[in-house]
Amino acid sequence: MQIDYRLPSLGADMESATLVQWLKKPGEAVHRGEAIAVVETAKGLIDIECFEDATLASHVVQPGAKVPVGTVLAHLLSDTAVPSPTAPAEPGAAAPAAAAPTAPGVFPRQPTRPGPPGTAARARISPAARRRAHELGVSLESLEHGATGVVHIEDVERLAAQPAAPADARAAMRLAIGSAMARSKREIPHYYLADSLDFSAAREWLARHNAALPVRERLIEGVLIVKAVALAAARCEGFNGYHRDGRFEAATAVNVGTAIAVRGGGLVAPALLNADQKDLAALMREFSDLVSRVRSGHMRSSEFTSATITVTALGEEGAQLLWPIINPPQVAIIGAGRVSPQPWACDGAIVARPVLAVSLAADHRVTDGRAGSRFLRTVCELLADPAKLATAESRT
Amino acid sequence: MNDASAALHTSYREAAREGLRAALAADPRVFLMGEDVGRYGGCYAVTKGLLQEFGPERVRDTPLSESAFVGAGIGAAIGGLRPIVEIMTVNFSLLALDQILNNAATLCHMSGGQVSVPVVIRMATGAGRQLAAQHSHSLEGWYAHIPGLRVIAPATLDDARFMLAAALACPDPVLLFEHIVLYNMEGELTAGLQAVDIDHAAVRRAGRDLTLVTYGGSLPKCLAAANMLGRDGIEAEVLDLRTLRPLDDAAIMDSVRRTHRVVVVDEGWRSGSLAAEVTTRIVEQAFYELDAPVARVCSAEVPIPYPKHLEDAALPSPERIVKIARELLARGGNG
Amino acid sequence: MSAISRERGLAALREMLRIRCFEDRCVQLYGELKIRGFLHLCNGEEAVAVGTLGALEMSDAVVSTYREHGHALARGLAMGPVMAELYGKHSGTSGGRGGSMHIFDAARRFYGGNAIVGGGLPLAVGLALAQKLQRQPAITACLFGDGAVAEGEFHESLNLAALWRLPVLFLCENNRYAMGSAIDLVESQTDIAAKASAYRLLSRPVDGMDVFAVADAAREAAAHVRAGNGPAFLELRTYRFRGHSMFDAQLYRDKAEIEAWQKKGPIITLTTQLKGLGLMSEDDYQRLEHDARAEVQAAVEFAERAEWEPLEQLERFVYAERTQ
Repeated sequence: MQIDYRLPSLGADMESATLVQWLKKPGEAVHRGEAIAVVETAKGLIDIECFEDATLASHVVQPGAKVPVGTVLAHLLSDTAVPSPTAPAEPGAAAPAAAAPTAPGVFPRQPTRPGPPGTAARARISPAARRRAHELGVSLESLEHGATGVVHIEDVERLAAQPAAPADARAAMRLAIGSAMARSKREIPHYYLADSLDFSAAREWLARHNAALPVRERLIEGVLIVKAVALAAARCEGFNGYHRDGRFEAATAVNVGTAIAVRGGGLVAPALLNADQKDLAALMREFSDLVSRVRSGHMRSSEFTSATITVTALGEEGAQLLWPIINPPQVAIIGAGRVSPQPWACDGAIVARPVLAVSLAADHRVTDGRAGSRFLRTVCELLADPAKLATAESRT
Repeated sequence: MNDASAALHTSYREAAREGLRAALAADPRVFLMGEDVGRYGGCYAVTKGLLQEFGPERVRDTPLSESAFVGAGIGAAIGGLRPIVEIMTVNFSLLALDQILNNAATLCHMSGGQVSVPVVIRMATGAGRQLAAQHSHSLEGWYAHIPGLRVIAPATLDDARFMLAAALACPDPVLLFEHIVLYNMEGELTAGLQAVDIDHAAVRRAGRDLTLVTYGGSLPKCLAAANMLGRDGIEAEVLDLRTLRPLDDAAIMDSVRRTHRVVVVDEGWRSGSLAAEVTTRIVEQAFYELDAPVARVCSAEVPIPYPKHLEDAALPSPERIVKIARELLARGGNG
Repeated sequence: MSAISRERGLAALREMLRIRCFEDRCVQLYGELKIRGFLHLCNGEEAVAVGTLGALEMSDAVVSTYREHGHALARGLAMGPVMAELYGKHSGTSGGRGGSMHIFDAARRFYGGNAIVGGGLPLAVGLALAQKLQRQPAITACLFGDGAVAEGEFHESLNLAALWRLPVLFLCENNRYAMGSAIDLVESQTDIAAKASAYRLLSRPVDGMDVFAVADAAREAAAHVRAGNGPAFLELRTYRFRGHSMFDAQLYRDKAEIEAWQKKGPIITLTTQLKGLGLMSEDDYQRLEHDARAEVQAAVEFAERAEWEPLEQLERFVYAERTQ
């Protein structure tokens, strides 16, 4: 009968070998224990042996070929070959459960003194979620209420982004804002600086720019302010990033949080991402989109988590000068007052100009008045010459 | 395949051999000793041909005396040479544990810095070839416990080729672990690469949903698991520790900050494992980044058994890693 | 040296053929991936197994190495369970968990099966210590190779056994190679019996290819030890016909050397001797070989049919299981 002679496994990690030489030719007799061929392995040349008394009928693999273990190398013809046993049963087949009774040991169990009972039903909130809740001013109670399973970052952000609906939600938001602001005042050593600028150049520039645009695409003053703040944040160290775990981590992206009032009361500050790198038209589009989505309640969680610096402007009805409160874990917030006609020194004379007061509240753990002044100066210079804001600027 | 890429195509075994050859050729102070490294060509054929190329002074077969020849390597290093001692496998290193701990790791400190021990000790390690209980240990974690030692685990072809040179340049004793299932691994060396460090971990696959932290023979398993998860839209980051002592904390925490969920995959037994150390460091340094508890996939707490189905069940596998990763990502986490 | 009878001659030949056929079948099974991991065969060393184990009592303890199939079979472990152990099946001698290198049989006081060279010697010293302290008439036989002589454990164990006069019969199976290391390249003193005698115990070299020389020396040494004279040491000079393990290109020795030793092998030697003395015919030989092959075949079938250990049992036996 014909026997397949296969490349044997010779080692635990042998996967293949190269046939180097046949020691037997077709028609030759081979004997049990006799070497039939030489193969090359990672360890060197090894003779492989035959296990039957037989005649070599034909070579299947030729010298030079590299083949996997188990490949048929030759056919043998034997008259006395014992058929190989059937394939073994697959391991892991269903087996009866182990019935070993592990009886208790010989030694008596020591009586244990139980400790005080644990607090019942403590909510399981991940450390990252707790921190996020703290940052967003979402109270833990509002998290634990109705929480099943574990509360993750995503859950906190979803809760924070919930649109104003019934009255008690409004109260909850006020509570959340309140606790965030209280914490900010408690923990962050704020310093305050202000500067003012003649906004007429900006207004003229805007008027010319907007004249050519449909209403929908016209830029508002606020967008100029956002862009100026973004560029200043990119250029001045220490204003763009987070202070946490005891240290300041500068953020690589400049995501300007823009405070937007929520219908029914309350304020959120979602971020315009990478504001320093977008042109004014793009920023305007995104800002409009943000406003409409805040009003309709369709925010994305990343828009809440990613602001690295915030701008707040109260618009036409606002005060001339703001002293805003930093949103932790950010380290700076810029306030823009209402633009109002003010006396302004110009070439030795006093004239009436539209004046914008820009204020900075910053974290004194990270920066000081000198740095803050430079920051404000940068903002004002950019706003005084809006052409500098008009193009997207790449990071240098 | 053109000549350039043919030159780069290699196996882990061949890359390790090339690293040894380059080291022996570059510095006359370097010599290699161990059991069957010369005439036999090395238990895993890593040193095949080196005796013929460099002669018996530089490639020395030793008797079966681990304590003596490891100690001799330590002494030779103190005496101005740069020995590469091969302990056939980590399983036999237990016979030399006293020399490694009480001499190699300790002499620098005990002598007030007067004596340094620039010895490199290479060992095959790990399980997966049905070699049974006494031949299947993963004791990298034990050695990583000891101050005074550097412990490294090349898990890629580039690292197999180049980590040895960095180890030899280090003035401290370096234990270099080669996992047995990696020897047959084939692929391409990075073109133009001339050196690697032994100080940093490496992100082998970037991801955002969770991090698989691992080393050595478990790296291919983690990459396979990451591919399986990827088909379901779960992007796992795979961090190859490369250096086990000291651990690259910064790289670990950077990754935790990106993904907030971690599975540590370690072939050592779970209790007191290197995975336990990594987990504790994450808790210490990045607790507030964690959105779920740190999970571990380690070997079952049994001596490694011989039959394949039991061995497979005892060791980490891509399937088990995927299962733990999914549990970690599920709403509600684990525990 | 006692006279050889037909009965004794055929019995010794049968035992050696059982081992030889078992080992040869293992080569084939390993090639077919039925046996995995590391496989170390004792072709050429059958006389050592048969001669030494045959000189012991069943109450004696035996410690061996990873090259232990011959020792286990000569000790009386049934071939089916030994083969099943190599397959990793649940009805193997260690429940399949140990494989080729870790054969245990507590009932026959066969304590493995140690994969660490030299690792068994201190164990043997301990078993002998227990025998002595409990005033048992039993002794402990410790089989190991020439490679172990280089390990520190060898020296510590001989010293301790001699110092405390423990009933250890140290049996060094010197097959001239420790894996790929020829003995003259790793021992400053290659006369191992002489080296052992430095520890002041009875020590002698024996022709390991002559099963009756081995049996006689083992019987005499065992009696010496059993009588309370402290340990004894036999250096059994033999040769390993196959590689260290399956995956061995044998770059470290010449084929001519192997062939020369094969002509002086224990089975050929005894066969020639018995035929020369007119104690055995070719038919007798064929019958013995046929019986050995049949027994091996039955063992293979036993192993093939045997079950795998259920996965749920993986964590059993990490600690001893208590019974009330």
